[in-house]
Amino acid sequence: MISTALDLVLVALLVAAALAAVGARGLFAGVVFFVAYGVFVAIAWLRLDAIDVALAEAAIGAGLTGVLLLGAVGHLTRAGAGAPPRRPAIPLALACAGISVMLGWAFLSLPDAPGLQVPVAAALPGSGSTNPVTSVLLNFRAFDTLLESIVLLAVLVGVWALAPDAAWGGRPGLVQRVRPDGVLAGFGRLLPPLGLLVGVYLVWAGTKQPGGAFQGGTVLAAVWLLAAMAGVTRAPRVTSLVLRIALVAGPVLFLAVGMAGALGGSFLGLRPDWAAALVLTIEVGLTLSIASALALLVLGPPERAA
Amino acid sequence: MVADILTGVLVLLGVAGFFAGSVGLLRFPDTHSRLHALTKADNLGLGLIALGLAFQAEGVADILKLALIWALAILAAGTAAQLVARSALEDGASGEEDAP
Amino acid sequence: MNDLLLAAAALVLISLAAGFWRVWRGPSMADRMMAAQLVGTGGVAVVMLLAAAGGHWAMLDAALVLALLAAFAAVAFVKARTPEGAGDPEAEEPQDGR
Repeated sequence: MISTALDLVLVALLVAAALAAVGARGLFAGVVFFVAYGVFVAIAWLRLDAIDVALAEAAIGAGLTGVLLLGAVGHLTRAGAGAPPRRPAIPLALACAGISVMLGWAFLSLPDAPGLQVPVAAALPGSGSTNPVTSVLLNFRAFDTLLESIVLLAVLVGVWALAPDAAWGGRPGLVQRVRPDGVLAGFGRLLPPLGLLVGVYLVWAGTKQPGGAFQGGTVLAAVWLLAAMAGVTRAPRVTSLVLRIALVAGPVLFLAVGMAGALGGSFLGLRPDWAAALVLTIEVGLTLSIASALALLVLGPPERAA
Repeated sequence: MVADILTGVLVLLGVAGFFAGSVGLLRFPDTHSRLHALTKADNLGLGLIALGLAFQAEGVADILKLALIWALAILAAGTAAQLVARSALEDGASGEEDAP
Repeated sequence: MNDLLLAAAALVLISLAAGFWRVWRGPSMADRMMAAQLVGTGGVAVVMLLAAAGGHWAMLDAALVLALLAAFAAVAFVKARTPEGAGDPEAEEPQDGR
């Protein structure tokens, strides 16, 4: 009873936040509603017992998209872009409504089966992890995860391709100005150690409970961006060798493990007695790559010569 | 049993803290008053809830996590309030509609 | 006990609706940003209550992440508002002498 009431309140707030994010006057109010929407989506995932997804949504929604979108609004304002035209976008609204109806129809027509929970649970011993989500991501459907980690790199190459020739080799992002003894500088020194702890903890915890490379990497990216905004650290040059090694560490380690599996009989297959160590190795590599790629995606291409 | 009663009382007091913050956010007349109401009442509420839940925790690790969460939330709220208040001061504080 | 904690979570969610009204109405950008801060703090409280109510203590990690990143939007906001988009509202003089 109470649990249903809670869900109803949550769904009402979710829908209200989504409509307000689209319908709010001005870009800024829309972005703020979108940030609030992210918090409610994370809670909704928890209500569905999808803690791994909730962790990812909390880190992406509260950490990265807010910074990205608010920065974009600031850029638009400084560039003198006026408010977007306020005409009702009827075709767009109809298209969105159509997609929603189709999704609802697809959901209702799903067979009443338990999904893949049972086979995943049966194969869990020997998969290298006792967290079923990690086992699925790094073992049972490793090929998808490998390609996803490469997609992230491809996107970053796409963003960097927008850099003007003269700025190539420079540092992405703006030069930050911070009062040295101010609140922001203090926050930027206090938070990163705690953020590092939480990020590494999430990666480590991911092998047996909710967490993992994506969640931990996103937290690390967000914390690094905060340190950069607080002037504690600077973005590396895009040509930096260390940066590039971090960016490719995940896919390279993943591929290496996959090739080793191929020698043993199946590409990307993990030998059960080695699986735990291999899963952790891949997780650590992916964390490095995801953290650096996401942080650099938020910063954008280098805009000035170094 | 005693733990359950303590949890119940502290959690309900914490919820009251959140309502106090919301009333302040709705009713106070200008931006800086609203900032003040919000950051104090909510973090008191969060602290009371964390303290109440600590009586239900299964181990020391969970209690430490609850404490860390509260400490991080206070740190974030204090920093955000100070920065946003200072930034709002530049628009001449209260009232005017946002030219972004 | 669980029902009480779930009810408390629902009540905190309802109190956050006030924040929504403030984001919608403004009037200033600071009001909207602080209302979002309220939603973040309330979200942390709701996640903690859900973790205790179901005995799913692993959910606390989501509250940990939300609390860790709670001030990020506000920091990005004050940065974006300074003239060059990368300043500090506490610095006395912006470099371009505004």
